[in-house]
Formats: sequence, C-alpha cells, structure tokens
Amino acid sequence: MIDTAMEPATTTEMMTIASARLLKNHQVCFVGIGLPSAAANLARLTHAPEVVLIYESGPIGAKPSVLPLSIGDGELATTADTVVSTPEIFRYWLQGGRIDVGFLGAAQIDRFANLNTTVIGSYEHPKTRLPGAGGAPEIASSAKEVFIILRQSARAFVNKVDFITSIGFGDGGDHRERLRLPGRGPTKVVTDLCVMEPAPGTNELTVTMLHAGVTRDQVTESTGWPVQFAENVEIISPATESELMALRDLQQRTMIAHGMANAE
Amino acid sequence: MADFSSLRDAIRDVVHDGDVLAMEGFTHLIPFAAGHEVMRQKKRDLTLVRMTPDVIFDQLIGAGCARKLIFSWGGNPGVGSLHRLRDAVENKWPHPLEIEEHSHADLANAYVAGASNLPFAVMRGYAGGDLPKHNPLIRSILCPFTGEELAAVPSIRPDVSIIHAQKADRKGNVLLWGILGVQKEAVLGAKRSIVTVEEVVDDLEAWPNACILPSWVIDRVCVVARGATPSYAHGYYERDNRFYKTWDTIARSRESFQRWIDVNVYGVAGSEEYLQATTAGPAQEAR
Repeated sequence: MIDTAMEPATTTEMMTIASARLLKNHQVCFVGIGLPSAAANLARLTHAPEVVLIYESGPIGAKPSVLPLSIGDGELATTADTVVSTPEIFRYWLQGGRIDVGFLGAAQIDRFANLNTTVIGSYEHPKTRLPGAGGAPEIASSAKEVFIILRQSARAFVNKVDFITSIGFGDGGDHRERLRLPGRGPTKVVTDLCVMEPAPGTNELTVTMLHAGVTRDQVTESTGWPVQFAENVEIISPATESELMALRDLQQRTMIAHGMANAE
Repeated sequence: MADFSSLRDAIRDVVHDGDVLAMEGFTHLIPFAAGHEVMRQKKRDLTLVRMTPDVIFDQLIGAGCARKLIFSWGGNPGVGSLHRLRDAVENKWPHPLEIEEHSHADLANAYVAGASNLPFAVMRGYAGGDLPKHNPLIRSILCPFTGEELAAVPSIRPDVSIIHAQKADRKGNVLLWGILGVQKEAVLGAKRSIVTVEEVVDDLEAWPNACILPSWVIDRVCVVARGATPSYAHGYYERDNRFYKTWDTIARSRESFQRWIDVNVYGVAGSEEYLQATTAGPAQEAR
C-alpha cells in the first residue's frame, strides 16, 4: 500500500493535518461539517484514537469510516456511542459545558476571529447570501476553546466581518469576558498558509506558525489587515507518511462511498 | 387516536392555506413525499418552519407555496446553496419570501418550549453576535435568581407538523430511531400532525426508552414507503447523495426547476408513481 514515491502533501492536506494535530486524545470535540470534520476524524485515525466526536445532529462518540457528506449522515449514527435528540445536544452537552473543543469553518473571519457564515454585504441587501448560523454561534460561545480552519485569502481574512454570526473576541481585548461568555473563544486558526493565535491582551490574530515554504509576504498579501507576526514564528513540520496515508485513505474511502469526485 | 389515510387525503384535510407548517427531520427522515403532496395540492401562503430548509423547502418555495420561512441553516448539505430559496430572497421569485432567521440552538430550544406549552425558551446564546439586531424576536431576559442576562426566543407552535418515521403499528403508534432531530418536539408542539411511515407492523417491538409517538398525539398516519427519499430512513435506505448534487443543477435556473416539478411532482398522481419512476430510472435526473 505504501507508495515509496508518495506525492508530497498539498496545501489543503497540510491545513487538515496541522489542524488534526491540535486535537488531543480523549478531548471532547463538537465538529462542524467539511474541513473540521476531515481534521477531527484524521486526529481520531492517527494520534487521538479516543477523541470523542460530537455532531450537532445528535451522534456522540461518532467513529465514521468515511467522512459524512451532511451533518446527519447515517454513518454518524451507526458508529456513535449514542444518538441523542438535537435539543439534547445543544442543551445538555454544549450549553451544559461538556465540550472541550469546538471545531468550526467559516466563509469570512476578521482580525478578532469573529466568524461570518450569514451574508457578504448588508443583511437586507446581501451581495452573497450564505447558509446562516446553524450551530456555530453557540459552539463559538460555549465550547471551552475553539479551533477554526479555513483557506486563507484577503477576501476571507478581513479587517471586520460584514456580519458576526459567531463571536470570536468581538472588538478585541476583554470583550468576551465583558459578555460573560462561558468559553475562552478561538485559540487557533489554521489555514493553508499558517497558524494564527490571539495575541495576549489584544486578542488580535497573530501569525505564530508558517507552513514549510510559505513566506511572510504571502501571508501578508492574503490577510485583509496589517497582520502581525509573533516574535518566534515556528515552521510547521511537514506531514509524516502515516498522517498523509491516513488522510488519503480516508478521502479515498469517502469518495467511493459517496460516489463522487470531490469529497471535501 | 390517529386515523390512517392516504397522504392525499391527509394533506387535503389537515393542511390549510396560510398555516404555519413545520416539516422536520435533521438530514434523516425528511418527509419529502408529503412535501410533494403539499405542492401538488397547491397550498399557498404557508409559513414554513424547519431548522435546515434543505431541498424539501427549496422545492416548496420554488413552487410558490411559502409566504415566510423560519430557519437556522439554509444550505444544500454537503453541496452548496439552495438556489430557489436564494432566488426568492434576492429576486422575489416566484413571489416575495419573508425570512425569520435563528440559530440551531435557538430553534431546538424553541421547539422544546412549544412542546412544553411555554411561551418562550431561555438559553445561553447569541451574545456578541449580529443576528439579534436583524431578528427582533431574539430578545434577552434577566434571570430572576442570579441577574444573569440570557437569550429569550418565542416558542414554536405550528398549526401543523409533518414528520416521517420508520414504523407504525395498527393502532397508529409510531416508532422512529437513528438521528431524531426535533421531530418529537415538532409533533408535540403542533395543533395538528401528520406522520408518514415506511411500513405498518403488528408489533413495534420497541425497547422501553425508544422514541415512540403514541397514536393519540397524532392526527393522521399515512403509509408511504420510501417517503423520505432522497433523504434516508435508517434501517431502510440510504441518503441519495447523488440527487442532492443533481439538485444543484436542477434548481439553479427557474426553467429547469419548473421542468423538474412539472414532470416529477405535478406530472404524477402521487408519491407511489413518483417513487416508481425514480426507482426505475432517470425521472430524478437533471434534464
């Protein structure tokens, strides 16, 4: 099975792998669909076999062998430790304070890690109407911490989001504390270029790690605010063969199961 | 006690123009056959309620059945946009659609409040977000014991709720399992309800904590095998992911959408004929 001349990881694969590495074994993770679900399941299939994955449709402890296309795929229910109703997921498990990590994607993020999945443009006259909130607002406020994964571009990384669907650090500083939000908020933002973290005090997103081969200029050009770099910027270690193989096997199984070319 | 009837009679008798109509099922057990019957009977001015409008409400909205939509996530799961919903919001086609937008936690709590005979639900949510600025029904309340500020949202009490389930027994008691979403709450909070089921059995053989809706909380039970397709029924059939992808093409233009409902909804007498055509072959494919 091992291809000795394995293709190197793509930037999307590196983004998924770097995100997966953040999840620790035995953590309880509330998983969004798409990239977060790919990363969370990769963690489960590699270094964190006992990670507990919870999906908003009700499965607790889901162990899907293929990535779900929708948030309520039967595979999630079949492989879960238990399936509870949707009100129970939000009331007892999320609001109840049982979630260590909320894992989210977004269409737009700003310098204080606020997320927009509602509209580009104004709410009344949107340029682009996006799907809306789903479970994200309460995941962003109630999970003990939040990881965010999305591709980086100046269009997606803006100074201020058009619409705060899910709060990060609001206006920055101690805004979350003033709102008395239960969780600490976003602690890591993982992209195909870098990892950003909130700077101590201001909570402005600051680059702390770069993927191998990515320059600071590339990150600056792909960020809609004058992005700062931490004093010591680490280089993210490249994908190991086992990480890459686990991810590609997962994607391959998923494509076959869903009968489609692109399973992300 | 629930009456057994055909789906056609159930929709005719139970759903009225202008009703607040909830059709629930969280990706799983979405009552598509019932949605098609609502379209076929040309029900109008409905306020549609669903956490995830999904393809079922994209169809009802495109067919002109809806005046208003109450929802919390309006995409085609795993695929992209709901084009008929967007066309209605952005271009008022086929006519204007009022939207009332919430989060999942909000609507889930609001259904619980409805089933609990309460006027509103209390939750931790929305703090720091923009949705409350645009939806005046999202308000706040102070805890009378601690003074903590919490979000308050009105309960959902539909005129009619429709769900799909796996089994009914001959008395009309209904059993559902797998991903349950808010189906139980939607039925218990509604004035009237219809449940479509895959099959009727002599004995539900349910374990004591199973999700059962007793016959006496349901108005009509209709046997509609494959009534949730292209969504799925756990233990019966899989989600038709290919159709969800194909829908993106069908719904993208008004013309192809119209052709699709002409053939697959208006052009068939009922769900049996539609499902026969779809299991036999290409009726659902884009054309």
